[in-house]
Amino acid sequence: MEELDTEPPVTVVPGADPARTQLCFEWGGEPRGPSCVFVVRRDQDIYMETLRKLFNESHGIFVGLQRCEEERAVRARNAQLIQVSKNYRSVIRACMEDMHQAAISARDSALHSQYSIQVSILSAMELIWNLCEILFVEAAPAGPLLLRLLDWVQLHICDVDNMVREVLSSENPSKHKLFWNVVDIFVLQGRMDEARHLLSKEAIANPTSMNMYKILDDLMKKMPVPSVGNTQTLTEMELKWQHWHEECQRYLQDGTFASSSHMESICKILLGDENAILEKKELMTTWYHFLVTRLLYSHPTVKPMELRFYAQSSMDMFLGEESSPEPLDTILMAAFEFELHQVIKECSVALSNWWFVAHLTDLLDHCKLLQSHNLYFGSNMREFLLLEYASGLFSHHSLWQLGVDYFDHCPEYGRVYLELHIERIPLNTEQKALKVLRICEQRQMHEQVRSICKIMAMKALRNNRLGSALSWSIRAKDAAFATLISDRFLKDYCERGRFSDLDLIDNLGPSMLLSDRLTFLGKYREFHRLYGEKRFSEAARLLLMLMTAHIAPCSFWMTLLTDALPLLEQKEVRMLNNHADGLSTKGVQFLLVLLF
Amino acid sequence: MFVARSIAADHRDLIHDVSFDFHGRRMATCSSDQSVKVWDKSENGDWHCTASWKTHSGSVWRVTWAHPEFGQVLASCSFDRTAAVWEEIVGESNDKLRGQSHWVKRTTLVDSRTSVTDVKFAPKHMGLMLATCSADGVVRIYEAPDVMNLSQWSLQHEISCKLSCSCISWNPSSSRAHSPMIAVGSDDNSPNILAKVQIYEYNENTRKYAKAEALMTVTDPVHDIAFAPNLGRSFHILAVATKDVRIFTLKPLRKELTSSGGLTKFEIHIVAQFDNHNSQVWRVSWNITGTVLASSGDDGCVRLWKANYMDNWKCTGILKGNGSPVNGSSQQGIFNTSLGSANASLQNSLNGSSASRKQS
Repeated sequence: MEELDTEPPVTVVPGADPARTQLCFEWGGEPRGPSCVFVVRRDQDIYMETLRKLFNESHGIFVGLQRCEEERAVRARNAQLIQVSKNYRSVIRACMEDMHQAAISARDSALHSQYSIQVSILSAMELIWNLCEILFVEAAPAGPLLLRLLDWVQLHICDVDNMVREVLSSENPSKHKLFWNVVDIFVLQGRMDEARHLLSKEAIANPTSMNMYKILDDLMKKMPVPSVGNTQTLTEMELKWQHWHEECQRYLQDGTFASSSHMESICKILLGDENAILEKKELMTTWYHFLVTRLLYSHPTVKPMELRFYAQSSMDMFLGEESSPEPLDTILMAAFEFELHQVIKECSVALSNWWFVAHLTDLLDHCKLLQSHNLYFGSNMREFLLLEYASGLFSHHSLWQLGVDYFDHCPEYGRVYLELHIERIPLNTEQKALKVLRICEQRQMHEQVRSICKIMAMKALRNNRLGSALSWSIRAKDAAFATLISDRFLKDYCERGRFSDLDLIDNLGPSMLLSDRLTFLGKYREFHRLYGEKRFSEAARLLLMLMTAHIAPCSFWMTLLTDALPLLEQKEVRMLNNHADGLSTKGVQFLLVLLF
Repeated sequence: MFVARSIAADHRDLIHDVSFDFHGRRMATCSSDQSVKVWDKSENGDWHCTASWKTHSGSVWRVTWAHPEFGQVLASCSFDRTAAVWEEIVGESNDKLRGQSHWVKRTTLVDSRTSVTDVKFAPKHMGLMLATCSADGVVRIYEAPDVMNLSQWSLQHEISCKLSCSCISWNPSSSRAHSPMIAVGSDDNSPNILAKVQIYEYNENTRKYAKAEALMTVTDPVHDIAFAPNLGRSFHILAVATKDVRIFTLKPLRKELTSSGGLTKFEIHIVAQFDNHNSQVWRVSWNITGTVLASSGDDGCVRLWKANYMDNWKCTGILKGNGSPVNGSSQQGIFNTSLGSANASLQNSLNGSSASRKQS
């Protein structure tokens, strides 16, 4: 679905020489060296194996979402959808963790870097998904919005964790050279308690700054934040915040922190001074961190729709002249601008698999967001992406089974895609064929059932496995083929004097009725069985029935009559004929004389 | 990401066609060395040649697999004016151990008086049927009434196309709303503006194939033609390989109920035209769902085309040879593309010495 306006990147195939192909025109000319065939396929093997768990587990979440009863109450429904979103994210994180382990334990460096790349891709996916959850699924309103964004930043900007750990675990944290960096980080991320805790150590170590510390500590303690439990209205909060802001301003202007540049800088940050915040660029590492910090200290009651302005300016200020936005930046920006379609489009281009966009779009569709954004192709887009994703699964020898469920939930084209894909699955083993069949039967895909059974029957017949061929034709309800195979059985019997696959023929049951020839085969075998068990009168009655029912092939009449001969010598059979039921003994003898 | 593997084909001359079987685990190649080779894919993904035999007394232009419902059956066509049908015989256990299988000729179709340029099996719902086309402009349709007896084929239809034919494609749609349909492409390059793509449709009343449409906008020689698999659409999609890549939609209009009636009229639209190859386009091929088209051209590239959910067609991938020599056994290269979606594995085979002309 990538809408590329530029030429897509070129994949080079080594050895396929365009120059040489141009030379090989003349028919009948000298062969230009070894002829080659190149088999090219999309390399899905590597990521499919590593992301297998992700595919498997997200499949469960997906199916659950499609099938779960929609909660009536809006709040409850919202909670449901948020939970689904969180589930997806935890699956991503689990996969990331596995990948990380794999990277560590990888013995060769190429593999290690492959895994590491996967980890960073997954990390980016989780980052994006998390933001989408906050903005779209939860649709956090002003107030909680900031808190969520703070969580988001804290969770995802992990570059600084090592530094934090190092300082906290040192003997004398306040003497550590990175001490103030860590304090700054805590402030930038709104982690006031942790910042205050560290500052207290500095105050103890440096009693001369005690006064400054007390004031700063107090300011940090008093900073109004949007409350979680809705105990105050936004207006109340804004008012408090205004007063607090003014108090900070006074302390700064009075020169309270003049003797400590670190503390003064913190105070400026508290006041939302953009330059002061930007000085800590290295600690924030990303423009979206900068954005959230800015919001925290200048507009904590920001409304969702106001985000776009802050986002654009934050990115501009942060990146400045030197760098241009990366794909990830573009995606996040689109999210802050609430351009859902743009988010999905950019993700499709940037990510090398459909997993992410398919599942995210499906979730957003369940949130009824695609319609509300007036995308007339909204549901089409969901289906388009799911079809792409599921089609990809079908190229894998076992993940295709997951694809089935995805197709099931694509109302427009799902069924036909499934029909087309499922009949192409290589039927290497009987078990696989049976598995495929079960899926087709469950969905009343009669033509596919018939076709698969026919293919299996044909394969068995070619390999002279008559029993297998017969049972497949029965399953296919293919009367013509069943007749053909029954003929082969009978021919075999004539040649060898015995039946193969007795088990199968003995237990045909009602499927015997599929074709006349098959019925004859089954009954004829039964005749043999009865004869073998010395139940001669029953055998004779059956033989009589076979002769008169006209289901015996012409080629078999001789055999039947010959079979009758020994029976006629049996005492019970002669007695049977006294009841004059059909062909009499004399009649049979007469026929035999005629034939010879 | 694409992965390419080269297979030293050991054909002693140009390879003209490569064809995968229905499940994508077997492959057939045919060559000017007059032979056909069959390759099987093992569990670990390697391709092994399991049969190689002389099939004709001239260059073999095309080779194609029948649907596996009919068994393991191939058809080939050649400059020697014949087409042939082959069946694999399950060999002795020795052969199986050595990984070899035998193919026997079931029939030779000798009706053509000129080089037979294409052979294609009809969709399976039509039974065991195939069509051939020749340089003398005749399309012939044969049927084997008894699918268990591949030696008996009867010529059911002879369609005179008036222009030398280079390629044919059956419409795969099995919908009862669609009559059997075959598209024929012509590589006639004498200066004229005659339509080089013709569509023939089977008329239930006359029991004959009649010309339903000619694509008047295609006046350059056509090298390949392919109907897309039908996804339950009411209209058909046809790809044409000519001096560029073209994709047409054919929408059936209400059938006219005249006495000789039954012939469908079509509304034809061109939905895509790409000249990115900047040279003759030799082959076009659809994926299973008819959502991706692959084309190959004289620029030595294979291009992949896909429509987004707004039905806009765009190029989504390019495969290009880099000119470095291949040293025999299969190599594997891994390439990075920043896009590369998890589509169904497009088993696209690149012919290392493709794009030869079918000259006499």
